[in-house]
Amino acid sequence: MTLLWIALLPLLGVLVPPLVANRGRRDCSLATAALPALALVLTLSQVPALNAGEALRFSAEWIPALGLEVAFRLDGLSLLFNLLILGIGLLILLYAHYYLSPEEPYGRFYAYLILFMASMVGIVMADNLLLLWMFWELTSLSSFLLIGFWSHRSDARKGARMALVVTGAGGLALLAGFLLLGDMVGSFEMDRVLAAGETIQADPRFPLMLALVLLGAFAKSAQFPFQFWLPHAMAAPTPVSAYLHSATMVKAGIFLMARLHPALAGNELWTMVVSLVGMTTLLYGAWFALMKTELKGILAFSTVSHLGLVTVLLGIGSPMAVLAALFHILNHATFKAALFMSAGIIDHETGTRELARLGGLARAMPVTALLTSIAGAAMAGVPLLNGFLSKELFFAESLETPVLGGLSWLMPVMATLGGVLSVAYSLRLVHAVFFKPPRQTPPKTPHEPPRLMRLPVEIFAVLCVLVGLFPSAMAGGLLDLATQAVLLEPLEFHLAIWHGVNLPLLMSAIALVAGIGLYHLHRYLRRFLRGFHPVDARMIFEASIQRLGRRSEALLARLDNASLQRYMGLLMFSALALTSLGLVMVPSLAGDQPQRPVDGVLLTGAVLLIFSGLGTVLAHRYRLISLLLLSMVGLLVSLTFARFSAPDLALTQLSVEVVTMILLMLALFFLPQKTPRESSLPRNVRDTLLAGALGVAITSLNYAVLTRGTPSISGFFLDNSVPGGGGHNVVNVILVDFRGFDTLGEITVLALAGLAIFKLLNRLRLFMPHSDGEGRVWSPDRYPMILTTISQALLPLALLVSVFIFLRGHNLPGGGFIAGLITAVALILLYMARGVEWAQERLDFQYQPVAIVGVGVAAVTGVGSWLFGHPYLTSAFGHFHLPLIGDFELATAMIFDLGVYLAVVGATLMILANLGKVTTPHRPAKNEAAATTSAKEKR
Amino acid sequence: MESLYAITTGVLSACGLYLILRGRTFPVVVGLTLLSYAVNLFLFSMGGLTTDGATIIDGPRDYADPLPQALVLTAIVIGFAMTAFAVILSMRARGDMGNDHVDGRKQEEREENHR
Repeated sequence: MTLLWIALLPLLGVLVPPLVANRGRRDCSLATAALPALALVLTLSQVPALNAGEALRFSAEWIPALGLEVAFRLDGLSLLFNLLILGIGLLILLYAHYYLSPEEPYGRFYAYLILFMASMVGIVMADNLLLLWMFWELTSLSSFLLIGFWSHRSDARKGARMALVVTGAGGLALLAGFLLLGDMVGSFEMDRVLAAGETIQADPRFPLMLALVLLGAFAKSAQFPFQFWLPHAMAAPTPVSAYLHSATMVKAGIFLMARLHPALAGNELWTMVVSLVGMTTLLYGAWFALMKTELKGILAFSTVSHLGLVTVLLGIGSPMAVLAALFHILNHATFKAALFMSAGIIDHETGTRELARLGGLARAMPVTALLTSIAGAAMAGVPLLNGFLSKELFFAESLETPVLGGLSWLMPVMATLGGVLSVAYSLRLVHAVFFKPPRQTPPKTPHEPPRLMRLPVEIFAVLCVLVGLFPSAMAGGLLDLATQAVLLEPLEFHLAIWHGVNLPLLMSAIALVAGIGLYHLHRYLRRFLRGFHPVDARMIFEASIQRLGRRSEALLARLDNASLQRYMGLLMFSALALTSLGLVMVPSLAGDQPQRPVDGVLLTGAVLLIFSGLGTVLAHRYRLISLLLLSMVGLLVSLTFARFSAPDLALTQLSVEVVTMILLMLALFFLPQKTPRESSLPRNVRDTLLAGALGVAITSLNYAVLTRGTPSISGFFLDNSVPGGGGHNVVNVILVDFRGFDTLGEITVLALAGLAIFKLLNRLRLFMPHSDGEGRVWSPDRYPMILTTISQALLPLALLVSVFIFLRGHNLPGGGFIAGLITAVALILLYMARGVEWAQERLDFQYQPVAIVGVGVAAVTGVGSWLFGHPYLTSAFGHFHLPLIGDFELATAMIFDLGVYLAVVGATLMILANLGKVTTPHRPAKNEAAATTSAKEKR
Repeated sequence: MESLYAITTGVLSACGLYLILRGRTFPVVVGLTLLSYAVNLFLFSMGGLTTDGATIIDGPRDYADPLPQALVLTAIVIGFAMTAFAVILSMRARGDMGNDHVDGRKQEEREENHR
């Protein structure tokens, strides 16, 4: 459980700063530090167990089907990184407390910083590849927020975006790599992955997987050729740079390479790729660090260079190289954090980070000068400091590696060259800022920073010295555990300051002497280099981003031109292409079943159907005629259903047809009566061809299905309708019982459509024509006498019929849907005959609640079955006997059907009655004044 | 019989699709309605065409496939809801935009786009 808390506490800590941000800055900083500090204490409390050789694991299932679990581990490697992340993180908090000005939203800043800390802790402790990846992405996101913290600055925004794009894309590659890796091992559990090194490296997909994983790691750790994002990320506030870019974020890639070392390393591919990329990065970074003229730029490139150094060591992969890599991670974190923080102090106190404007600061800030000198010397690899020791180990390893075969002697040469450059840029950082006489005066008069702001730097500088002097005592134990975690076996080593006069020592000496020389010469070097035009990575990056944007826009403009006709055309074309593809695959269109003969009635019906369909299209510009022909299609479709043994469908289609036509007629009243001739001839031809081709495809498909005997699942429904559902009308039993859940969904959609229409009609004001399309004035006889009389007589009759249809629905054609439609039609007839006002006065209730109650009744009926311990919507039924009436059957499905009935009535009338109301407030006959007042009353 | 049925479905779909490709709302709504007829007929035929089949359980007889019928029944009602929504939307569009073009933009905007 302790492990879970170590990982969880920082995550919970994200919530702290926003909660206490208004309690003042001091309290906020202290409260923010509390949970990470607790996590650090917990981590340290596990050290004895680790020393005893216990394997500390925690795991709980999360999504077992995906192999994802909440699993954490704490081994030496995690311990090393946890100490760096939490320890440095706390010191950074202290530093940030002084660095940020009080006006800045420090609560937000702390929250981002802790989120980042939590995700880093997650990475190093994750015991499951997928979990590790999730935290990995979380670091990309939180570092994006941190780098872009000063979002008003363009360089911050661009730098943040670049970091996100590069590390995010790397993260995707990493995910692909992890999925492959998990597939090879058969598990995402870390222990199983690490133990399966041989299986993994024997797999033919190993090179691909390795490439993907390394892509992720290199992008994160700014290895060549992804080094370009790191210098631009320096637009972040300095505490962020000090934290992310010295100790944590950029070390995530390195951590990953160390973590997966047993699984991936130890083969030629790994050694070759990793050590060469690392060496390139080492030299590239060191060279540009020397050329930069701004403090954080130098630090950024030197970070790139040192990351390269660690990568080379991991690439070499011998036990001593791994030890050297881990030792250098530790040392680099300490001296680089100190250097970043003093760069921040200099910036803070002088107002500039440009070397040209700085100089001679040792006089004004002697303590800072001393601290920076120590850290800088550690970076340069001056003896008696920590950087010297790990660099010495690096030189020794570079002498021994056979990575380049016959050219392996190049490795120590390049390593020494890197050392020379590193001495030179360290000197620039220290000497040029503090000891060289100033050429210009800085914007602010420099002085020492607040005592506590300097404290973190002091701690790190002291650590540099202490580790340098007493390596075994200070770091031996930690490194012992960490190497053991990486190599999976203990390693005998002894860290010493003095190894006697040997080649590595000579290399160090060369590096020191030549570095000092290079520093003095570098002015000439820069003058020489002025002839070359520097390539700015950001320019290239921004240009390619913009190009991508423009291309996408051009593509979108072609596809998405906000024209429905274009979309429909594309949609139909795709449908046509896919359907045709499917049809081409079918060996023959006609199936094995013979066609049945056609009789006269069928032929007449089909011809009528085809002609009324075509007529609808041909007359489509004359909308009323087109509509009348459409109603004919509807009637014929209803007859088709009746002809092919579907009485329920025929009844439904008929009543829906009535309602649809009334609706469309009413709507047409408000719309133009004619469609203008707009489409050009080519477009008409194109549309005809497209629609025609789809028609042919549909015909073929339908024919192919009809001539094949297809197995049906309907036997089940036929067999179980009476014994299981208690009804003889199978269609209705399916609707209200077997597939009741679908029906519930459908009436919900119906009710929602009704509500949406109600909302759409709200306050709609439309032009009301006085005459029809031909210029004929509407008839003044608004409510014809005959219709009025008949409708009133018809209403009770129609309601009776609908009750009858409803009740018999379970056993004979009928049911809630049809009954609801009949009721709706009867009521609408009343509206038409008497007008909305008259009907509204008498039918004094809203339809929205009816529809909602209907859906509610249906839903509650389903819940009812829970009470009896059955699944949702299980029905029950029974036979009852009443004197006089006789035997009858009652089923809970009837109540469900009642819900359907109410929903249909409510939704249909909601649609039509509300649409009818639109006509009333401003009928042509009434004067405008009356219209506006009644409209106001309505509101 | 099967081929006649298939041809009818195809013609109705083609008619509906052609109308859906028009540029004014009302023909599109009519086209949607036509297409839903065609689709309903198509779905209905998935159970095979049964002449004089029984639909009410009454001993062992030749039954029409009830499943497509149940599916199509709800489809008809939903189709109505969809048609209603589309037509009211087009009324609203005309009220707000001043024209009944399917792209739902005011006249001036559309002209600007064309330029």
